[in-house]
Amino acid sequence: MLINVPETVVADALRGLAAAHPELTVDVENRVIVRRDAPVAGKVGLVSGGGSGHEPLHGGFVGPGMLSAACPGEVFTSPVPDQMLRAAAAVDSGAGVLFIVKNYTGDVLNFDMAAELAEDEGIQVAKVLVNDDVAVTDSLYTAGRRGTGATLFVEKIAGAAADEGMPLQRVEAIARQVNENSRSFGIALSACSTPAKGSPTFDLPPGELELGIGIHGEPGRERRAMMTSGEIAEAAVEAVVEDLRPRNPVLVLVNGMGATPLLELYGFNAEVHRVLAARGVPVARVLVGNYVTSLDMAGASLTLCQADEELLRLYDAPVKTPGLRWGV
Amino acid sequence: MLDADFFRRWMTVTAASVDREAERLTALDSPIGDADHGSNLQRGFTAVTAALEKETPDTPGGVLTLAGRQLISTVGGASGPLYGTLLRRTGKALGDAAEVSADQLAQALRAGVDAVMTLGGATPGDATMIDALVPAVDALGTSFSAARTAAEEGAVATTPMQARKGRASYVGERSIGHQDPGATSSALLVAALAEAAGE
Repeated sequence: MLINVPETVVADALRGLAAAHPELTVDVENRVIVRRDAPVAGKVGLVSGGGSGHEPLHGGFVGPGMLSAACPGEVFTSPVPDQMLRAAAAVDSGAGVLFIVKNYTGDVLNFDMAAELAEDEGIQVAKVLVNDDVAVTDSLYTAGRRGTGATLFVEKIAGAAADEGMPLQRVEAIARQVNENSRSFGIALSACSTPAKGSPTFDLPPGELELGIGIHGEPGRERRAMMTSGEIAEAAVEAVVEDLRPRNPVLVLVNGMGATPLLELYGFNAEVHRVLAARGVPVARVLVGNYVTSLDMAGASLTLCQADEELLRLYDAPVKTPGLRWGV
Repeated sequence: MLDADFFRRWMTVTAASVDREAERLTALDSPIGDADHGSNLQRGFTAVTAALEKETPDTPGGVLTLAGRQLISTVGGASGPLYGTLLRRTGKALGDAAEVSADQLAQALRAGVDAVMTLGGATPGDATMIDALVPAVDALGTSFSAARTAAEEGAVATTPMQARKGRASYVGERSIGHQDPGATSSALLVAALAEAAGE
């Protein structure tokens, strides 16, 4: 691994982010990344965060048109309430703050605690949960669906809504609408190695793959013999479309998990398009790249978000962040 | 009677045992979770011992609420809020008495465990820390060493269970056959209590 010691990987990365992006305020000690112009008068603040290891999510999505602040936790570990409170205080202009929370027990608990603390300090807080992963059975008896690729769409679209000056309730409603209209499915060709462990988190022999993985190196629901890109696309599209049943054109995110070359991701995107066309699902926009990663895992995830005209307009609005940038 | 020194000892012994067992906790977390339970708790309890050296709370309740706050502020993940709440609520239930009886501790711990169940939504049988903590609290009326045995047995008993809460629940039936890392660290916490009591 290209690291100094496991204990400092997050701090080292934050120092590097600060050096590369002077337009961000990076508090390395307290682990908060904030838009340099925050708080923006009259604008709702957008705060997200989660374990590190998913870069560019979330810190790479801080900037005009997207997040106001991000709180990186340890690798694959939710940040702590102190970070979220600090971020909320830094970005609140009086218009309130929206917490965008991926649905993992740790993230939910820590953001809940932070919301209480923020409200004690007079900051109005709303929360939206992202839970788009169709591989997890959603029932009262599980922790519910995980938040994965749809987080990018929620942060981008809600970020545009906030930049337009929409009030907190409206930004929250839009974020919720994006989540409810998004579904994801991931596959892994290799496990990933956390800095703390230094070796793969689970055994996945060459010639086999895992279907229905998350973004934390956790194994998936099912293991199969290696499939072609076309066969994987069929499985992923089927899982997502059967659950989403889109009636509007979709935004497509073909997301790399960290160690799969763009050459393969574009090839996979071609297969996804073939399968979507065969199923009669119209495509509105496409994003291909490494956006919601899982350290050095090889594999990909597919996220579809059905977008009405307003969501599409907000998606197309300018964005200027380290990880996502257009229209500026 | 148990004084602030006893509770400080409990936390120091826990920190040492988490240090010793960190790799095992992380290894248990690998096949069904994300391979970080040991290092996360290590970070938390290191902060707890540092805080207890710096501030010197003079009541049992003061020691545990400080320890709980430290865990919430340093661990992250689900373990931070859950273990933090366990110690903080137990500490709050002990009030500001300078000394407490073993029975009072048992009652306070029950309040702490109840708070964890409310926060995390887990009940016995979900393959979580609750499966070690609930039998431990039940056995605490007998002796500290009975609580230790109950917690260890409770942790082992999670092996054939399918996880229904926390990250291990994502792998569904594949969590069966793995001892839950959270139940295992909870058993360490209870064992440290017995060790602090000299049992």
